[in-house]
Amino acid sequence: MKYLSWAYLVALFGFILLPVVTLVIFSFQDGRLPVPPFKGVTFEWYAKILTDRAMMEALGNSLIVALLSPLVALTLGFLAASGLARVVLPGSVLMRGLLIAPMTVSYLIIALGLLQMFNQIGIRPSLLATGIGHVVINLPLCFAILYAAIGEHQKSALKAARDLGAREWQVLWFVAAPMLTPALAAAFFLAFTFSWDEFIIAFLLTRFDVTLPVEIWSMLRSGLSPATNAVGSLVFLVSVIVVVALELTLFRKGSK
Amino acid sequence: MSIERQEKRQGAALVAPALLWTLGFFVIPFAAMVMMSLAHLEGREIVQGHDLGNYLRIFTDPSLRRGIFVSLEITAVVTVVSVLLAWPLAWIIATRVPARWRRMALLLAVLPFWTSYVVRSYSWALVLGEKGVVMNALVGLGLLAEPVQIMATRSATIIGFVHFFVMLLTLTIYSNLIQLSPNYARAAEDLGASKWQVIRLVILPLTLPGVMTGAFLTFVLCIGDYITPQILGGNNELTLPQLIMLQLGRRGDFPMASALSVVLMVIVTLAYAACARWLKMERV
Repeated sequence: MKYLSWAYLVALFGFILLPVVTLVIFSFQDGRLPVPPFKGVTFEWYAKILTDRAMMEALGNSLIVALLSPLVALTLGFLAASGLARVVLPGSVLMRGLLIAPMTVSYLIIALGLLQMFNQIGIRPSLLATGIGHVVINLPLCFAILYAAIGEHQKSALKAARDLGAREWQVLWFVAAPMLTPALAAAFFLAFTFSWDEFIIAFLLTRFDVTLPVEIWSMLRSGLSPATNAVGSLVFLVSVIVVVALELTLFRKGSK
Repeated sequence: MSIERQEKRQGAALVAPALLWTLGFFVIPFAAMVMMSLAHLEGREIVQGHDLGNYLRIFTDPSLRRGIFVSLEITAVVTVVSVLLAWPLAWIIATRVPARWRRMALLLAVLPFWTSYVVRSYSWALVLGEKGVVMNALVGLGLLAEPVQIMATRSATIIGFVHFFVMLLTLTIYSNLIQLSPNYARAAEDLGASKWQVIRLVILPLTLPGVMTGAFLTFVLCIGDYITPQILGGNNELTLPQLIMLQLGRRGDFPMASALSVVLMVIVTLAYAACARWLKMERV
């Protein structure tokens, strides 16, 4: 049983890590095709990618959307969560359901709906349109995380602040936000990851100012190339750094 | 004005922005899409209408109807295979791996989960291609006389999907497993159950919420995904999302794309209704 377990673990790890390892190794391929045999190490493809203007613009666009759209989603979700945690409004359950609903719908469908609406009211496909779409997919996530984080303890602290005469914005800014910092950070990083990696909304709702996943997608059309491996490896490296940093800081206490 | 009413007004004011956003950029576009699915295309003009012609065509036109079945078949296979592979992995990490290595093992098991989705599919195209690592190894070891075509077939799509969803399911099942008290297993062993009986009769049923949550997410994400089948499966047999994109791209047929999206939406809703009683999203 013991050996069986270890054999299974190794086999599955092999399956899971195989594509990523292959990706990284052949990003250094000294040749035109990222397939065996491995011909030697070169950094030529990394240099090519890092000096590619379209690629760098896409990287910039991705960063803009992935930083700004989670901020909007987080703000809206934070306000809504503190509002719904504060009082029982008529239709509270319905409101919560409505705010969560986009989570159960495929991104493709959200993108298609927005594309049609933007077409009709004359908004051109752009980075702004993509950002709006990303707020739609991230708002349910931010709201759910923050709403779950506001427990009885937090509610009574908020109530105490109000009873002591704090204005509403003061309650939110000086009491609620500091208390919810771990949840706010977790929601922000998750939303950042989703927005950073999102493809189909960005694909349908941008035309010229594309994001990184869309730019990588258009690279794929010209077939396999070590240059694509190089971009992929860099994106992988960034994600690994973010995940390991999160693991070491944010989630360390919670997991123990 | 009473304090209670003032409280309610302030609460409503806080919820309003998020609700308006959801209404404006989710509910209205979605309603518009349902309306659009009742229209049809004449030449390149969209003619508003109120008929179910598009839906009729989806269920009679063989190429469209086939898309639904292809999507359902792929999704079913992927969900079952992923659960079968992920459960033992999550169990081994949760119970066999020494405690101090556990987080590390889990992190490693889901590492590619955090990489770009497009890049992950591309990596599989690299691995599974005719000249790729897998074929090279199999032919080199003499297990195959010559490369077999996997790329641009349904198998490639399934392998790419299974890779992603094994990681997702390992996460949901693992988090369910570590919440279980070890007393369940101890009690069963004291009462004379063998190791296999403990797993099969005690642990397995207790992980049903984690399995079902993961399986539902797998189903929803898999059936709605365009990237993996497009990169790995090629154009021989099209899934529902591929058909939707085809309507948009080649002909600008928004009405048909909308009708197919509504069908996709209905399938997901049915799946949700089927597993709703096991889903405890907040626990995972």
